[in-house]
Amino acid sequence: MQKRSIVPIVYILFLMLPIYWLVAMSFKTTNEILSGFSLFPQTFTTENYRVIFTDPSWYWGYINSILYVSINTVISVAVALPAAYAFSRYRFLGDKQLFFWLLTNRMAPAAVFALPFFQLYSAVGLFDTHLAVALAHCLFNIPLAVWILEGFMGSVPKELDETAYVDGYSFPRFFASIFIPSIKAGVGVAAFFCFMFSWVELLLAKTLTAVAAKPIAATMTKTASSAGYELGLLAAAGTLTIIPGAIVIYFVRNYIAKGFAMGRV
Amino acid sequence: MKTENQKAWFFVLPVLLLVAFNALIPMMTVVNYSVQETFGDNVFFWQGLDWFQQILRSDRFHAALGRQFMFTFLILIIEVPLGIAIALSMPRQGFWVPVCLVLMALPMLIPWNVVGAMWNIFTLPDIGLLGYFLNHTLGLNYDMTQDPVAAWVTIVTMDVWHWTSLVVLLSYAGLVSIPDAYYQAAKIDGASNWSVFRYIQLPKMKTVLTIAILLRFMDSFNIYTEPFVLTGGGPGNSTTLLSIDLVKIALGQFDLGPAAAMSLIYFAITLLVSWLFYTLMTKDDQN
Repeated sequence: MQKRSIVPIVYILFLMLPIYWLVAMSFKTTNEILSGFSLFPQTFTTENYRVIFTDPSWYWGYINSILYVSINTVISVAVALPAAYAFSRYRFLGDKQLFFWLLTNRMAPAAVFALPFFQLYSAVGLFDTHLAVALAHCLFNIPLAVWILEGFMGSVPKELDETAYVDGYSFPRFFASIFIPSIKAGVGVAAFFCFMFSWVELLLAKTLTAVAAKPIAATMTKTASSAGYELGLLAAAGTLTIIPGAIVIYFVRNYIAKGFAMGRV
Repeated sequence: MKTENQKAWFFVLPVLLLVAFNALIPMMTVVNYSVQETFGDNVFFWQGLDWFQQILRSDRFHAALGRQFMFTFLILIIEVPLGIAIALSMPRQGFWVPVCLVLMALPMLIPWNVVGAMWNIFTLPDIGLLGYFLNHTLGLNYDMTQDPVAAWVTIVTMDVWHWTSLVVLLSYAGLVSIPDAYYQAAKIDGASNWSVFRYIQLPKMKTVLTIAILLRFMDSFNIYTEPFVLTGGGPGNSTTLLSIDLVKIALGQFDLGPAAAMSLIYFAITLLVSWLFYTLMTKDDQN
């Protein structure tokens, strides 16, 4: 047992090294970074973080990202719930084809769609809004949410539905007050994965925004190129992008491994 | 048993509308571009299938496609066995399980361009942790902006760092679903570690592994941001993967027709390979 735990420990160390380097760099001045190699910050500074928290063009990037990611998560899970219920409980014309078609949308390279997306969302007047990014991310998040939720719903026995109808529950009341609570874990996992994939995606988010809804990750690339190469600032901004994900994952830590395991193939 | 109910379509309708809005309209735009030529000012000329023929015969496309398959092959052959091995050696229960899972999932939650930027500063020859270690402690001559081999090693290592955890999490989920009774039975029969793995653990992990391999295939085949930020496709064109090349043509040179034709061919290849994987791996379940 002792010998076996070497493998995960070495693996986690390997995962942490680049993250450590990013965090260490964020507490260094750009001068120190460029002047040579140092394992720990020599002149420890929080100046980089101060800049980010006081400059609106920086901190609005975070607010924008969190806004569209949240909108996307809510929309994706809300529309995926009834759909997943339909796939898990009923047979209907074209159900298998539809399910596979949904999954194929995860296969389309975002690079392929960047320009058409820009034209589409400009045409409907949503360009540079949070809603545009949130809706665009639905392309790959809704199929994923349906997939995960369908797996969790499949493990809820059908007798639950039938008993509820016999007891005189209407469908909406049954769905909202009995069924959804019984797959809470699934909703949590689906929301987590939607949050994650919307948070990390940049190509579409960047294509669909200019100023008002610009995501933090895009702010980083812009600032880096205009101010020379502010490595310390870049590292601090990068470090801050890890935090929302870390918070969300903490809440679903006991369910995350189950997330896909229950999905069907 | 599922009951037949055509009204279920109403439940699916919102999903269908939202995904179709995002998938079909842009797809039609791409199809539209792929058969036309434009010189700007929204003037288009019918071009037929010329772009498709041109792309399919172009050496540049073949080279990018070759690099793309090479990349996907490398990361699958490293990440899948490595992920399974790590999942097998993880504790099944106790305090450390959630800690391990949270730490392992962390790389997946970092925005993709930050991943690229992070690995960029991590591997800088004189001031990056890894770059400094390789060059000054081990005395290697490592510089990924000069050496294509170093660039390849770096992007593959980055992807292994980024995504192996997905395989670990999924395999682990499959593993913990195996009841203890199976292991006890195997112990009584005196089964070796290998046969426990081959006849108990692997079959139980099959569903989740299928998902893991499919997801890893799709995402690595479409990868753009991380290698673009890390190497920019260089040195030369040595790490210009398919989608990097595509963006170069579409946005860099603004050749919409060829870029659109290339997109469709690209999508078709992804679809075909995913379908092959899907059919091959779920074949046994049908019987």
